[in-house]
Amino acid sequence: MTHRMVAALLALVGLLISVYLWLWKVGAIGVLACGDGGCETVQLSKYGDFLGVPVAFWGLLAYGGMLASALLGLQPRWQMRREPTLGLLVLSGAGVLFSAYLTYLEAAVIHAWCRWCVVSAVLVTVIFLAALIGWRTLARGTAPDEPAG
Amino acid sequence: MAQSMNLKPFYLLLGVVAVAGGAWIWSARSGAAFEPVEVGPLSDSSLAASGWVIGSQSAPVEIVEYADFECGACGHWAILNAPDVKERLVATGRVRLRFRDFPLPGHPHSPLAHQAAACAGEQGGFWQMADQIFFNQSRWVGERNPAGMFEDYAEALGIDVGQYRSCMDEQRGAANIEAGRQAGLATGVSSTPSFVIGGKLFLGAQPYDSILKYVELAEARAAQ
Repeated sequence: MTHRMVAALLALVGLLISVYLWLWKVGAIGVLACGDGGCETVQLSKYGDFLGVPVAFWGLLAYGGMLASALLGLQPRWQMRREPTLGLLVLSGAGVLFSAYLTYLEAAVIHAWCRWCVVSAVLVTVIFLAALIGWRTLARGTAPDEPAG
Repeated sequence: MAQSMNLKPFYLLLGVVAVAGGAWIWSARSGAAFEPVEVGPLSDSSLAASGWVIGSQSAPVEIVEYADFECGACGHWAILNAPDVKERLVATGRVRLRFRDFPLPGHPHSPLAHQAAACAGEQGGFWQMADQIFFNQSRWVGERNPAGMFEDYAEALGIDVGQYRSCMDEQRGAANIEAGRQAGLATGVSSTPSFVIGGKLFLGAQPYDSILKYVELAEARAAQ
């Protein structure tokens, strides 16, 4: 269960960051705490939206899904099942790929760094790794916290 | 067994993070995290005179904006709030608006953009050019070399392109740009946009309603 607890905690932090960036994007927050203005440059670039929706909103949905999967997996009747971890793997895997693309854009195209986006990329990568470890443990036929063998 | 784990401490931690995060977002919404800082007048007269000014010299309040043309929040402010400030406060004689260049080191196209605005300003077109640069920021910010785009904006504004080019080649706006940056550093500016209104430094893209409130406070102090 440990991987689901780690994932839930990090997904909650990611969710809060996404809400913060999304509220700024829609004008509900006047000032973005970012230091050198890089967050605003990235958020307001043409890459700040994906399929017509702010990228931060996609993050909000993805982290919300990861949080829900992780919390579901902590409920007694779901603890031995693989589905919650599979959900975490799929969502965080997509998040890692999308974050890698955004990080490339920041470095090579936009030439500005959004610190919150970098933090989010680290969070989703750690969630993915935690889900991967949990999946492998489940695949060996043991509960995530039970000793193998 | 996994089932026997006590999850209460974990849920408690999750709750603490959720409440702390929510409080942080709420404080950001209310602007409580960014208290204005009292600043004194600039002692160096050349720094004090730097920048670009619109509005009546007799206006009781001066708003000084420190901005970077490549800064997204500055572009955001220029699109969403500057028109209201110009129409409701500057045009009515309540406020004089001074723009000071504050190009940030992490923005590769900022020096060129500030030069372009200054060279348009040499022919009386600074504010129009600044609007063009800000309004089209998302178009040029990802270009390898946006010099041609800036020249197109200048040409569209009726700027004499020959004079504009010679100004760009000779970097005739450099002294004013550097003076603006030095004025910002002397004032304590570290991020953009920042505003000085009535002797107080405000950080971030202040919405029009906040600007109006600060101007009213400055007017009240000036009347005392």
